[in-house]
Amino acid sequence: MTRKQRRLVLIGASLSVLAIAAALVLSALRDSIVFFNSPTDVADRNLAPGTRMRIGGLVKPGSVARGENLRVRFAVTDGKTDIAVHYQGIVPDLFREGQGVVAEGKLEPGGVFAADTVLAKHDERYMPREVVDALKKSGRWQEGEAKSAGSATK
Amino acid sequence: MIPELGNYALVLALALGLVQSVAPIIGARTHDASLMQLASSTALMQFVFVGLSFLALVVCYVTSDFSVATVYENSHSTMPLVYKVTSVWGNHEGSMLLWVLILSLFGALVGVFGNNLPSVLKAHVLAVQSWIACAFYLFILFTSNPFLRLAEAPFEGRDLNPILQDIGLAIHPPLLYLGYVGFSIAFSFAIAALIEGRIDAAWARWVRPWTLVAWMFLTVGIAMGSYWAYYELGWGGFWFWDPVENASLMPWLVGTALLHSAVVMEKRNALKVWTILLAILAFSLSLVGTFLVRSGVLTSVHTFANDPARGVFILAILVLFIGGGLALFAWRAPMLKQGGLFAPISREGALVFNNLFFTTACLTVFVGTLYPLALEALTGEKISVGAPFFNLTFAPLFIPLLFAMPFGPLMAWKRGDILGVAQRLITAFGIGIVVVAVTFIMEGGKSVLAPFGLGLAVFVMIGALIDLVERVGIFRVPFSAARQRAAGLPRSVWGTALAHCGIAVTLFGIVSVGSWATERIIALKPTQTISLSGYELSFDGLVQRSGPNYREAAAKFTVRDAGVPIGVMEPSKRSFAARATTTTEAALMTRGLSQLYLSLGDVSEDGSISVRLYYKPMVLLIWLGAIVMALGAALSLSDRRLRIGVPKAAAKSVPQPAE
Repeated sequence: MTRKQRRLVLIGASLSVLAIAAALVLSALRDSIVFFNSPTDVADRNLAPGTRMRIGGLVKPGSVARGENLRVRFAVTDGKTDIAVHYQGIVPDLFREGQGVVAEGKLEPGGVFAADTVLAKHDERYMPREVVDALKKSGRWQEGEAKSAGSATK
Repeated sequence: MIPELGNYALVLALALGLVQSVAPIIGARTHDASLMQLASSTALMQFVFVGLSFLALVVCYVTSDFSVATVYENSHSTMPLVYKVTSVWGNHEGSMLLWVLILSLFGALVGVFGNNLPSVLKAHVLAVQSWIACAFYLFILFTSNPFLRLAEAPFEGRDLNPILQDIGLAIHPPLLYLGYVGFSIAFSFAIAALIEGRIDAAWARWVRPWTLVAWMFLTVGIAMGSYWAYYELGWGGFWFWDPVENASLMPWLVGTALLHSAVVMEKRNALKVWTILLAILAFSLSLVGTFLVRSGVLTSVHTFANDPARGVFILAILVLFIGGGLALFAWRAPMLKQGGLFAPISREGALVFNNLFFTTACLTVFVGTLYPLALEALTGEKISVGAPFFNLTFAPLFIPLLFAMPFGPLMAWKRGDILGVAQRLITAFGIGIVVVAVTFIMEGGKSVLAPFGLGLAVFVMIGALIDLVERVGIFRVPFSAARQRAAGLPRSVWGTALAHCGIAVTLFGIVSVGSWATERIIALKPTQTISLSGYELSFDGLVQRSGPNYREAAAKFTVRDAGVPIGVMEPSKRSFAARATTTTEAALMTRGLSQLYLSLGDVSEDGSISVRLYYKPMVLLIWLGAIVMALGAALSLSDRRLRIGVPKAAAKSVPQPAE
């Protein structure tokens, strides 16, 4: 084989591996990503039940009810719209009423959100960014909160 | 006084850095040996001054000097001494200082141990290294100064984030940074080669040990980060495909490719341009990682604070070095001479295969990590890309790579015989198939993935050993002769086999945990028991305790294996008053290579608790494999050290007796 032919083999092999990778990435991006919605988005967009998604907002004060077998019911609010969530399992340490939360799961036909994962913030200094944005969008974001959520250094 | 001294030392390091950025290059242009020599001394002095600066910050933390803003923000007088020290880098400013400390350390090492380098190359390498250092000194001094004072010193600090109050913080960031920053040397060598417009096999021989060092630390650093997340976050996962984890995985993937392509360049003088590109990319991805973590683009445990000015500054550094590096590459690389020829089926070909898959796998991780950011910036739509994405993209690319792994070391240089190699691997392949069949039957045919994964791991491991067995000739020649041969084998051969075995060990652990881990989530009252995978845990009750800066509620469990008590597990919830935060401390019990993992959920007033219990079979193999890989690198490195400085020509001039 000449140098040119060898180079062609090399380039051909690289391109085919890249093409396979591109096909994998594109199909995975279509099937396995999860969109984030605020409770208002969920209400406005008429999303089909059964779609996997993340919702985020504040845990509505007074809405948390614990049941048998580690069942938890609560409402997520962005100040404008509430959405009822139920979850079975252990909620994170910083899951509290009035605090930011992100839940991943499916919307059920009745408009109730069945969460299989519940995430809260990592420490008291910030809120999940999705929650901050959802609150900003609904106009319920106050700059006073920004201090506790945003920068940690003065 | 001490913080001001620290600040001053950093400014002095910057001044030295500026001199070192320019003087050696002028020296190389004008053939002025003394100007070129200067770089070695300034590199050493930079390290001394950054070291003093770092020491000053450590003193501030240890003495709890709350007049310093970062100490006030991240420390507390009641913290144990070890956490006072580790909290130095448990925040943005301090961790950047650690970053430049390691950067200047590597510069100094090149200055001190680079005596066998051609003086022009050494001058250029140190100058480039100093450009990077200066950019980061400026970044620290202008946007992230850890020595800033508060107008009024508070009496008490705000404490370190409790999640970070762990011995993991002492180990994980320094190791990870040694890896990240270690690639700066490969980058500097690549840029220096491009500036000079010449590169040869000797270049690869100098770059390889530095890359090996960086790779070794990065491997252990990632593994330790994974283990830390596993026991600290309380849900038993070892890898979350979190963007910050991906940020450390990307340089590792490209760094692994670089290690292998540098072999081709050193041995066969081929793939020069490609190796240079990988050297630039490996460090570029380290910078991208730093940007992702430090700019506040991502929110995670690692993001200590968000400040747009910092993001913009790091982005500027990123554009300057990555853009500049790649532009220089585009301009100068075509001038580099072509190297040796090889057939597609050969050792070189196998290493190209390795490179192709490693870089492509890295590309999929890159897309998965940055696509959500790009989409949000362009459309405002928020998405999360998690494990399902990477399972569908990264895994299919890694499987052919693993399968091809045993073939590489057995292939001959220049022109290989793939059928001959396949024949030599037939034992490994046969044992692999037996493992697949046995696991499949034992599992009752539930899944294909687990038996296949285990079979692949066994094939890779035995394949790596076959290379050693053949070279030593252990089953063919008498034992004493085999022992002699084993002693005569280059250490890098042992290193390769060991590192490849490490991959197999990790794969074995991942498959085992992924397929056979069991879990229970349950609420229970005192004296009740839970059983899982043959173990029985009875809840004896809650104990209230207090630590140096926290109070904790620990649940006491007696663990029984087939009715016989084997120990006590005490998962707890700690509440830290200074931050009004609670953390969950999981309890681990190691049984051989497997672990029982118990983590506490909600604690009710009536004494009932909720717990998560996991049984993770052979989970320790995941991290042991990484340690084996690093040992392989260390072994390989010890070989390099002996070989460097031995002139190649001398070996050639001694006529070899015909065999």
